[in-house]
Amino acid sequence: MESFDLSVIWALIIGFGVIMYVLMDGFDLGLGILYPFAPNEEARDVMMNSVAPVWDGNETWLVLGGAGLLGAFPLVYSVYLPALYIGVFLMLAGLIFRGIAFEFRFKSRRNRVWWNRAFCWGSAVAAFAQGAVVGAYIEGFPVEDFVFVGGALDWLTPFAVLTGISLMTGYALLGATWLILKSEGEVQRWAYRITPTLLLAVLSAFAMISFWTPLVDPAVFQRWFNHIHLIWVLPTLALACAAWLLMAVYRRQEGQPFIATLGLFIFTYLGLVASKWPVIVPPNYTIWDAASAPESQLFLLIGVLFVIPIVLAYTAWTYWVFRGKVRPGDGYH
Amino acid sequence: MELDPLLLSRLQFAFVVSFHAIFPVFTIGLASYIAVLNGLFYKTENPAWDRLALFWTRVFAVVFGMGVVSGIVMSFQFGTNWSNFSYATANFMGPMLSYEVVTAFFLEAAFLGVLLFGRGKVPQGVHLFASIMVALGTFISSFWILSANSWMQTPAGAELIDGRFHITDWAAAIFNPSFPWRFSHKVMASFVTGGFVVAGVSAWYLLIGRDVEANRRALSMCLWLLLVLTPAQAVIGDFHGLNTLEHQPTKVAAMEGNWETQSNVPLLAAWPDQAAQENLFEIGIPSLASLILTHHADGVVPGISEAPVDEQPPVWLVFWSFRVMVGLGFLMIGVALVGLWLRRGGRVYRHRGFLQTLRVMSVTPFVAVLAGWFVTETGRAPWLVYGVMTHAEGVTPSLTGGMALFTLTGYMAVYAVVFACGLYYLTRVVRQGMLPESGDDSGEAHHAKRPFSAANARFDDDAAPTWRQ
Repeated sequence: MESFDLSVIWALIIGFGVIMYVLMDGFDLGLGILYPFAPNEEARDVMMNSVAPVWDGNETWLVLGGAGLLGAFPLVYSVYLPALYIGVFLMLAGLIFRGIAFEFRFKSRRNRVWWNRAFCWGSAVAAFAQGAVVGAYIEGFPVEDFVFVGGALDWLTPFAVLTGISLMTGYALLGATWLILKSEGEVQRWAYRITPTLLLAVLSAFAMISFWTPLVDPAVFQRWFNHIHLIWVLPTLALACAAWLLMAVYRRQEGQPFIATLGLFIFTYLGLVASKWPVIVPPNYTIWDAASAPESQLFLLIGVLFVIPIVLAYTAWTYWVFRGKVRPGDGYH
Repeated sequence: MELDPLLLSRLQFAFVVSFHAIFPVFTIGLASYIAVLNGLFYKTENPAWDRLALFWTRVFAVVFGMGVVSGIVMSFQFGTNWSNFSYATANFMGPMLSYEVVTAFFLEAAFLGVLLFGRGKVPQGVHLFASIMVALGTFISSFWILSANSWMQTPAGAELIDGRFHITDWAAAIFNPSFPWRFSHKVMASFVTGGFVVAGVSAWYLLIGRDVEANRRALSMCLWLLLVLTPAQAVIGDFHGLNTLEHQPTKVAAMEGNWETQSNVPLLAAWPDQAAQENLFEIGIPSLASLILTHHADGVVPGISEAPVDEQPPVWLVFWSFRVMVGLGFLMIGVALVGLWLRRGGRVYRHRGFLQTLRVMSVTPFVAVLAGWFVTETGRAPWLVYGVMTHAEGVTPSLTGGMALFTLTGYMAVYAVVFACGLYYLTRVVRQGMLPESGDDSGEAHHAKRPFSAANARFDDDAAPTWRQ
């Protein structure tokens, strides 16, 4: 009974960490993806400045999630990482390059164009790899006796490519609406202009995934179509958020487009969780199969419950300090 | 040639961990030094201490940033390349590694920002407190990592059930037999590293005649410190060796190149030949190894051949890494002693040969640390968890040689670019020196709270250089 509770608590913590990461690193990765399309170099300054003070705090959640998985659900750690071996490397390399671009782009003049490229490509590759993880999760992993037995590029299926590209567009949408919130003038007008197109791309991608997923995984089909279920509320709310976003952009609202996009992401994420729960290493293993020993989960829980409120408070404080519009010429570097 | 995923995984881990290790080894020592400088300024109000603290905090910021970047890769290595090991040991390794992350984030969230950006904005006492907490935090971080590593060397407090370790006694597992000595040895290594780097940079400033007053103080302080710390490190290392003799006799036998169990073992230079199970040539000082290891001239030292051939470490690597470490250790003690002798008449601040030597010596602690790390890590081969799980059992079963080669070359390429940039930038920070911050710092409240932002040297010189001699 005790182990049951702990595994659920840990699933909630990890689930919370994942969505925090997706939302927060999502918009700064998205800005990297939009980088080559920016109208001019001044706009790029504004884009990078709008996330420079917060991006590394955003990536806190990725590291916390990685270590937390080893502590709480070691089966996830020891199946996903070997299965996604190449993808994990690409994601880390991408994150490192874009991270270092934040530091050096403003400090250099002659070499700036290289840091622009590092920022864009690093963000794009990392976003694609993360999206492909979602695809691989939906499709499941060949596991025998708690050990991954597939090949190096098994994860790179057409479906995973679709989810990879979808997450890239999704992050770009988050980035664009974040920019509406944080910029003004020409940059903001550009962000308003691209948002509906990005939304359209995101919605078509999500629609394709939604129709494809039940074909990939019959269990998901069962859950969604066998009886009318409360979970249909989730995609409905996601669509409502999309409509809200469109309205807000049409009315030139500044804060609402970003919040609506966050809503779109949250409800889509909850829909995915609802499709799979409590399976965490598809197709066969649940959170209880994947759990570490209860005493280990408990030992770690104490520290994590202590530190998460502090990290949240610090994050909130940082966003508060750097609230308001970013103007060309402001330096956060 | 067949690519061996096991060998490539070991090389990859050695590469990323070696690259990562040099940053924390330095920052742990430096954080304490900065805390001391801030403490001295708080007490004496002498601006020289403040200038030194400000300068070294900027260096700390850049090195800390690089340590964090390279550390992210580490937290995924266990799963990608050593999934069987991760799964089997997760009940212990998971909480240990997570607690390290938790400590680091707590530190960053709560105190690092105050240390890096709070100068002049928070009361001086609060700033001092933050720098002490950052120093303390670096110790706590290394506490968890070294406990995890020591547990792999001397597993305790755990029970193997169905191929997975379950912790039966947390205190015994965390404070396992080799942990206290390994931790002391590593912390002391960090202090020595910090001491030699600060001494080397101060010596360079004295050579070019910049900021002489502050750098004389820094150099003098470092040399006093090193005079105490370098011999202390030798003593701790000796105890660490005795502890290893008790728990991992084969490792010590490899360190000494001693193939057969015997008494009156000489200390020697030799070329160990693993295939022949003997040394190709040896020059020895009679009984010295016995004396060092057992503190008796006729003490019995275990031989490598006590272990079956397939359970022996690569002897030449352990043997020579050990000699590099010890040799550099004695060199460091020697330099500290020369520094003491040159103090007469203040020659220590003027003797160009000595100052040049100190510049070069700032690299030696890093080499010594890596050599020591090779001794302890390759010396336990083939064991991943000593006596229980081998490298071959711990490696990811689905991993192929091609995959491992792809990521090994990939990480080498990424690290080459990133850390070349980082080190290049660090040299610019050092060259910029202790000048007051340039105009950039005016937008006080709107300063990014990231480590690198604490340094504001430029990356390239398209514009006029921001420093002048």
